[in-house]
Amino acid sequence: MDGQAILARLRERFGAAVLDTHAYRGDHTAILARAALVDALGFCRDDAALGFDMLIDVTAVDYLKYPGREDGPRFDVVYHLYSVAHNHRLRLKVAVEQDDASVPTASGLWPIANWLEREVWDMYGIRFEGHPDLRRLLLYEEFVGHPLRKDYPINRRQPLIGPKV
Amino acid sequence: MSAERSELPAAPERATRELFLGEGSSGSQNLYVNMGPAHPAMHGIIRIFAELDGEMVVKADVEIGYLHRAFEKDCEAHVYGNAIPYTDRLNYVSPLINNFGYASAVEKLLGIEITERCKYIRVIMSEISRICDHLTCVGASAMELGAFTVFLYMIKAREFLWELVEEVTGARLTISYGRVGGVKADLPAGFDLKVKKAFAETRQELEVHKLITGNRIFMDRMVGVGALSREDTIAWGITGPLLRASGVPLDLRKTQPYWAYDRMEFEIALGKNGDNFDRYLVRMAEMEQSMRIAEQALDGIPGGSIQVDWEGRAIDPAVYVDRGKQGKTEGLLLMPIALSPNLQGQDRGAHARVDVRDKRVVLPPKEAAYGSIEGLMNHFMLVMEGYGVRPPAGEAYVPVEGANGELGFYVVSDGSDRPYRVRCRPPCLPPVAALPRMIEGQMIADVIPTFGSVNMIGGELDR
Repeated sequence: MDGQAILARLRERFGAAVLDTHAYRGDHTAILARAALVDALGFCRDDAALGFDMLIDVTAVDYLKYPGREDGPRFDVVYHLYSVAHNHRLRLKVAVEQDDASVPTASGLWPIANWLEREVWDMYGIRFEGHPDLRRLLLYEEFVGHPLRKDYPINRRQPLIGPKV
Repeated sequence: MSAERSELPAAPERATRELFLGEGSSGSQNLYVNMGPAHPAMHGIIRIFAELDGEMVVKADVEIGYLHRAFEKDCEAHVYGNAIPYTDRLNYVSPLINNFGYASAVEKLLGIEITERCKYIRVIMSEISRICDHLTCVGASAMELGAFTVFLYMIKAREFLWELVEEVTGARLTISYGRVGGVKADLPAGFDLKVKKAFAETRQELEVHKLITGNRIFMDRMVGVGALSREDTIAWGITGPLLRASGVPLDLRKTQPYWAYDRMEFEIALGKNGDNFDRYLVRMAEMEQSMRIAEQALDGIPGGSIQVDWEGRAIDPAVYVDRGKQGKTEGLLLMPIALSPNLQGQDRGAHARVDVRDKRVVLPPKEAAYGSIEGLMNHFMLVMEGYGVRPPAGEAYVPVEGANGELGFYVVSDGSDRPYRVRCRPPCLPPVAALPRMIEGQMIADVIPTFGSVNMIGGELDR
């Protein structure tokens, strides 16, 4: 199945919930409404023609300082899917606002989503509703802030932790 | 028994018992054990918090992040080219693949196609890297099972390959050889002969597998241990040797070929059971296939053999000097030499073969930078603050087959000279996430071979 057919199938199934699609440099991308996210991911996994059985990656981008998107939603959560059976790829994106930075979890669909979403929470402070164990993954619990946000200065120092002497 | 017991003083025994098993313990109780981060087999950068029932792991929690260096954040603060040395430190056992993977992602954003010769160089160097990675993984996990001899032979074989890497890049570990739009320098003269020799030596060292393949101690600890089913492996997003060990023929070099892999003939090594032993066999078979690929690529590399100099006449300056030192001066003055004042391979002839002719991306050959105003300006525009490589706004994801599986770079550009976002999809994160699943229900001693077969590389896991 080529990329355009995948996007067409998604549009056909989810209609207006597919807000936009594009294929920049050959990477086919669908931008989804947040409410339809888990349904769409589940559809991608279970539909025989799509067959995206592998969740390759979950990450996010902070568009706070991106030219032309100052007024839009601040974050994009980005999912990369791959189908072992059909050997094709798809990127799904969901925009979330700063004040309501949360998306429903995909950990019920793929177990690997558990850790990937923990990393996004750790780095961007985006919550995943329904996640069984939303702890920080790479950083420690006492860390203040979410370092991959664009308003987190690269040279900020963190308070020292450890046993009080 | 009870009569004997009543004679002993009861208090100390209870105190000791309670110390270990908790208040009011009646007998059997699960024990919590920390493996790592200071455990030798955990490489100092991972902690497994295991709940044990006797010797059985009931439940495990894996904690990572001890080697987090903010790779992704740092990339955003620097120009595109500056991320190359940082990618060396992702998977530091096969750094060349990381270099090329990142460079490919930026090239995709720019929409440029690298030269044929460069594609072949990337294939050759990636395969040499992959063999180094597999040698390290197999050798280290054999050592952790007590097979120290195997480790020594594998590291010896790796040494031959690292000498090749050193020959090409000038460094052994942090090589920074990839460039956006090409590679740092062309292959050195006579490289194909050196590769042949190093591969022959490596193949000889690899005979050491006879010590462990079929060895009862090794088999007892590997066969059926740490197994994941085909469905589980896919659901956990695991790629690379671990996925192929469970029987899924997924190899990006075959399924979505990049660079010059579509022209190479090789087989995908497959396992059946997805256990540690199959993973070992897959890695051993892949090393042979990698050597096959590198040999084919060296045979088919465009631009022909590079054993003589570019003009086809002169001898190597080093040989020239040596002959003079040995007093063999007859005819020496008449012999033309192609002395390059620059970094070898960065001179004009070699430059056009390996780097794309795209002024937006590639630094000009050194002669041009020193000898002409156009070259100087081109150089200046690429290295000056605020100029440099500027891909148009957009995003691109490029996966390459790393030694551990799919290594992906997702790069977002805002049109400036710095990447807006660089995401590295580390191939060894999914298997480490699935580690509890692999070790739960098995003996604590089985954690060691299973963890070894995962080939966790802290640099790319924690970034």
